[in-house]
Amino acid sequence: MAGLGFACLVLALVVCAYGIGASLYGVRRGRVEFSESGRRSVYALAGVLTVAMIVLEVAFLRNDFAFNTVADTSSRTTPALYRAAAVWSSQEGSLLLWAWLMSLWSSLALFLTRKRLRDVAAYATAIMLGFGGFFVALMVFYANPFATTNPAPPEGVGLDPLLRFPTMIIHPPMLYSGYTLCTIPLAFGMGALLARRVDADWIKAIRRFAFAAWLFLGAGILLGALWSYSELGWGGYWGWDAVENASLMPWLTGTAFLHSLMIQEKRGMLKVWNVSLALATGTLAIMGTFLVRSGILDSIHAFGGHTLGVPFVCLIAALIGGSIYLVVSRRDMLRSEHRLDSWLSRESIFLANNVVLVGLCFVIFWGTYFPLISEAVTGQEASVGPPWFDRYTVPLALILVLLSGVGPVIAWRRATLANARRNFVVPIVCALLVLLALLIAGVTQKPLAAAMFCCAGFVFGSIGQEFFRGTRARRAMAGEAAPLALLALVRRNRRRYGGYIVHIGIAVLFIGVAASSSFEHASQLGLSPGQSTRVGAYTVRYVRPTATITPKYDEAHTGSTLSLGALLDVTEHGRHVATLNPSEGFYASQEASQGTVGSLIGGQPVSHVAMDASLTRNVWTAIEPDIETPALKRIVTVGNSTLPPEDALVAIAYLARAYLKHPPQAQFNFLVSPLVFWIWIGGLISFGGGLIALWPAPSVVRRRVAARSRARALRGLARA
Amino acid sequence: MAFVIAILMLALVGLVLLVVGAPLRRARRVGGSRLVTGARAQRDDAAASPPAHTLDELEAAREAKYREIRDAELDFRTGKLSREDYQAIDAGLRAEAIEILDSLEAMSPGDSLEPPGASDA
Amino acid sequence: MNPSRKRTVRLVVALSAAVVLASALIYTSFSAASPALTPSQLVREAQPGRSYQLTGTVVNGSVHREGAVLDFSVEDRVGGTAIPLAYTGIVPDPFREGREVIVTVEKQGTRFIGERNSLITKCPSKYKTAPPSENQNS
Repeated sequence: MAGLGFACLVLALVVCAYGIGASLYGVRRGRVEFSESGRRSVYALAGVLTVAMIVLEVAFLRNDFAFNTVADTSSRTTPALYRAAAVWSSQEGSLLLWAWLMSLWSSLALFLTRKRLRDVAAYATAIMLGFGGFFVALMVFYANPFATTNPAPPEGVGLDPLLRFPTMIIHPPMLYSGYTLCTIPLAFGMGALLARRVDADWIKAIRRFAFAAWLFLGAGILLGALWSYSELGWGGYWGWDAVENASLMPWLTGTAFLHSLMIQEKRGMLKVWNVSLALATGTLAIMGTFLVRSGILDSIHAFGGHTLGVPFVCLIAALIGGSIYLVVSRRDMLRSEHRLDSWLSRESIFLANNVVLVGLCFVIFWGTYFPLISEAVTGQEASVGPPWFDRYTVPLALILVLLSGVGPVIAWRRATLANARRNFVVPIVCALLVLLALLIAGVTQKPLAAAMFCCAGFVFGSIGQEFFRGTRARRAMAGEAAPLALLALVRRNRRRYGGYIVHIGIAVLFIGVAASSSFEHASQLGLSPGQSTRVGAYTVRYVRPTATITPKYDEAHTGSTLSLGALLDVTEHGRHVATLNPSEGFYASQEASQGTVGSLIGGQPVSHVAMDASLTRNVWTAIEPDIETPALKRIVTVGNSTLPPEDALVAIAYLARAYLKHPPQAQFNFLVSPLVFWIWIGGLISFGGGLIALWPAPSVVRRRVAARSRARALRGLARA
Repeated sequence: MAFVIAILMLALVGLVLLVVGAPLRRARRVGGSRLVTGARAQRDDAAASPPAHTLDELEAAREAKYREIRDAELDFRTGKLSREDYQAIDAGLRAEAIEILDSLEAMSPGDSLEPPGASDA
Repeated sequence: MNPSRKRTVRLVVALSAAVVLASALIYTSFSAASPALTPSQLVREAQPGRSYQLTGTVVNGSVHREGAVLDFSVEDRVGGTAIPLAYTGIVPDPFREGREVIVTVEKQGTRFIGERNSLITKCPSKYKTAPPSENQNS
C-alpha cells in the first residue's frame, strides 16, 4: 500500500507540473481550453492527494508498522482517535496534510470563480500549483510519508503523550487550513498583477477567502492557546514563543487586509497597499510553516530537522522578490481613483487600524526573528523575552481596541462633526462608569489592565448604541417588534453588524487577557499529605495521594502505564470550592536500556493539570510527583533484574502501592487566574460574528435588493 | 497485492487524464480553440491606458455602489449624519451609480431589464 | 500650500514618525536581549549581573531536586564543559537527562542561577534509538 501512496505523490507532482504549464500556455496564448485544463489539474491534484491521505490514514488505523511514520508516532496502545490524528504529528505527515488542504481550498476557490476572472484565475492556478508542487516535491525527495522498513517492527513507539489531548486533534488541521487559505489571496493577488487587473472584481472574489483564512487561522491560534493552558504544565496560554508568533503575524496582516479591502471597494483607493497586504499575508503564512518545520529558531515547537531549511528559504526569497517586482512594475495601474474625502470618516479609522495592525506585526516580527537578525548584525545570537514583547504590544493593543470603539460611531465618507461628537457621549460615559467601578473595587494598581477595561467599556457602549439605534431605525421603517427588528437588521446588514459582533468578541477576549495576566496569583511549593497552603483567597490542602495503573484505568484516556497524582481540597474562607485531582502520567518507552520494568514507565511523562474553571476565575494546579526516591527506584531495579518481562507490570503495581503508602513530598504549581474563561468566550463571539459577516445572503434576496436599489437610484436622478 | 495496487494506480491515472483532458478534447471536437481576444486586447491596452472596464468589473462596482448607498442611509438613520450631509452624499452616490448603470447598458443593451416580479417595496 | 504639497508633507511626517518609532524599537531590542551562549562560551564570557540564554544538553546523572530548587548541569551539545546551575520554577514535561534545554541564567558570585520559569526543553521528534545508519534529528 505504501507503493500506492508514493505513486500518488509522484502522480501529484506530474499533475502540478502539467497544470502550471497548461495554465500559463492557456493564458498567454489566449487558448481557453488549456486554462480550463489547468484549472482541472487542481481538482485532479485534490483527488490524488485525497487518495494518498486515505492510504496513510488507513495505515495508521490498521497499525501497519511497515510505514515508518506509523512506527514512529503510533502504537497498538495509542487510543484509536489519537492514532487517526497521529497522521499529522510527524514531519512527513504534516507536509501531506498541508498539501492536501492546499489542494482542497484551491479547488474551491477556482470552482467558485470559474465563470469570472479568467486571466487572473489562470495565473493564480499556476501559483497555487506551484505551492502544491513544492510541498509534494519536498515529500517525494526529502521527507516521504510512505517510506517503509522491511521487516516491519512488531510495535510502534506511540504518539507523544504530550499530544494525546482532544485539542491537539483539531489544532493542526485548523491552523493549516488557515495557512493554506492565506495563500489563496496571495495567488490571486499575484495573478491579478500578472494579468494587470487589480479592480473591484478581484476584491469581490477573494474577500470571502481572506475572511475564511482569518477565521480558521484565528481559531487555530486560539485552540493552540487553549491546549497550552489546559494541558501543558505551565499554566499559560501565550508565551511569545517563535511558533506562536509565526501564526499570529499572518493573522494580523490578514485582519488589516479585511479592513482595507472595504476601502478599496468603496473608494478605489489603497490598491498598492491591499495587494501588498495580500502578498505579505501569504508570505508570512509560508514563513510560519517554515519556522515550525525547520528548527531554525529555538522554540518548544521546533521539530523537524534542518534538512528542509534550504528549500523553504529559496521559496520565501522567491515570493518576496517576486512580490516586490510585481508591485513596482505594475504601479501605474495601481493608482488610486479617489482620495480620502475627509479625515473624519470611517475610512480614515480603518487606515489607522491598518497602521496599528501592521505596526504590531512588525514588532512581533522583529522580536521573533531577532536571534537571526542579531547574529547577522553583531555575530552574536541573542533573543528577547516576553517582557520585551509585552512592553510594545500592550499599548498597541490598547489603541486597537479603542479604535474598534471609535469606528462604529463615525459615518462612511464624511461624518458630520456635530453628530459624531454627540455620538461619543454614551461610549465615554460607559468607559467612565467602568473606571468608577474599578476605583471603587480598588483595582487600579495595574494601570494597563485598568486602561484595557475602560477601552472595552468604551467599545461596549459604542457598539451597544449602534445596535440600539439600528433597531430603532428599523422599527420606525418597518414597524416590527424589537427582537424581530434586531434580527432583520443584522440579516440585512451582515457585514456591518457581524463586524460589530467580532469587535465585541475581541474586546471581551482582551478583558480576559488583561485580567488573567495582571491579577494572577501564583504559588509553587512542595507539599506532603495533610499540608495546606494559601493561594490568593483560597486555601489548598493536599488530602491524599492517588495512583492508577495500566492504560485501562487511565482516567485521562491517554494510555498511560502509571499515573500518580494527588487529591486536593480547595476552600475559600472555610467554604468548600472544589476538589482537584492533578496527576502525572508515565508512559511506555522503547528503550531496552531501561530494563523490562523501567521501560514500562520510562517514556515521556506528561502532566495532567486539574482545573476548577468558572466565569470569574480559574483555580489551576499541576503536580510533579517524585518518582525517583531511593525506595521507588529500588523497586524498579529489583523488578528489572528479577521479574520476567510478562510479569513486569507487577512491579508497577507494587510501585503504585508503595507510593500510596509512603507518599514523598510532591511539587505543586498553583495558579488562580481571574476571567480566563472570557478569553475563550470572546473567541467564540468573534468566530460567530465572523460567520455572520461572511455568510452570503440568499440569491433571491440579493436580486430583490439589487432591483430595488437600481430603481431607487433612477428615481433619485428623476427627482434631481 | 502489487497487482491490485498497479490496477488502482492505472485507474487513478486514467481518471486524472479524463478530468484534465476534457476541455482539450472538447475544443478539438468543436474545431479549434476559442481565442479569447478580449483578454489579449485588454492586456495590450492596459500598458498604454487605464484598465479596460470589463463586464465583471462593472457589475462588481455596481454592487459595491449599491452597498454604499445602503450604508449611507443606515448611517443617517443611526444618527451619524445630519440630514444635509446625508442628502449631499446620497445624491453623489446615486449619480455615480447612474454612471455605472449607463456603462453597463452600453456594454450589453437589454441586460438591465428588471428581473420579473421585483418591486420597490 | 496646494493639496498635493500638503499630501507630500503629511506623508513625510508620517513616515518619519514611523522611522523614529521603529528605531526606538530596534535600539531597545539590542539592549534588552540576552545573548545565546553554549556552556563553554558562558564559562569564558559570563559577567555577573547580566542574563544569558544558556543552550545545551542536560548532563546524565546531574539532576537533583532539593525542595523547590532543581539542580542540574548543562553541557555543550558536542560534550565538554558542563555548567551546574540552580533553577526554581516550572519544569516542562519533556525535561529529563540528555535532552536539549534553553534556560536564562545569571551569574551570581561563582554560581549560576536559573531565572524563574525560564526553562524550555525542546520536544524531541523521535524517541526511538535509531539504528546507526539513520541520521538523528534534533
